[in-house]
Amino acid sequence: MLIRITADPLDPQPFIEHVRRDESGAVALFLGVVRDNNLGRRVLHLEYDAYPQMAEKKLRQVAEEIMARWPITDIAIAHRTGRLEIGETSLLVVVSSPHRHEAFEACQQAVNRIKEVAPIWKKEVWEGGESWLAGEGQTALQPQ
Amino acid sequence: MRFFAALYDMTGRRELNLEVRDGLTVSELQRDLCARFPRLADYSGSLMYSVNADYVPADYPLGDGDEVAFIPPVSGGAHAH
Repeated sequence: MLIRITADPLDPQPFIEHVRRDESGAVALFLGVVRDNNLGRRVLHLEYDAYPQMAEKKLRQVAEEIMARWPITDIAIAHRTGRLEIGETSLLVVVSSPHRHEAFEACQQAVNRIKEVAPIWKKEVWEGGESWLAGEGQTALQPQ
Repeated sequence: MRFFAALYDMTGRRELNLEVRDGLTVSELQRDLCARFPRLADYSGSLMYSVNADYVPADYPLGDGDEVAFIPPVSGGAHAH
């Protein structure tokens, strides 16, 4: 199990190597990447803020929960903080398991849980304004 | 206290040391801090609370040395404990 909160770019390969096992035929990888639009606005970049100690603790709890629920062999979760440009990876989840079905399911469930419990926030910066987002990007918490 | 995201922007600070009466609850602390940061009142009902990096209920009583944070809705928006 590997959990990381970092301001550095996320390269998936070391995380894949970390979870891969000779006895496991499946590795499922999810990358959350910064897209260039939201709610019809052209997004310039995002800024992620985290409560690092708590985020790490919550991500570890999610990983333990997923390991307990699915017959997977390992899981790694990483989240970027700070300023991210369009196309950069903000969230990485990678799961290994003997077969693909549980790898896909566990990976999806991990992403869902992370978005519920991790104290990590994103500020969207677009042309002419910015706001902290909540609720899958639907709600502006702080309209400008 | 620690402040993140919109609450960091609003208060202009990352951390604040406070003397509070023993047993003050986290929601009472939020109410008291509205005097110092009036815009905190805009968040009534939408914040979760953490003490020492774990989610706690609104009536959680504070003790010496506790690290408190008010947690704005996270990106999934769900209120989970």
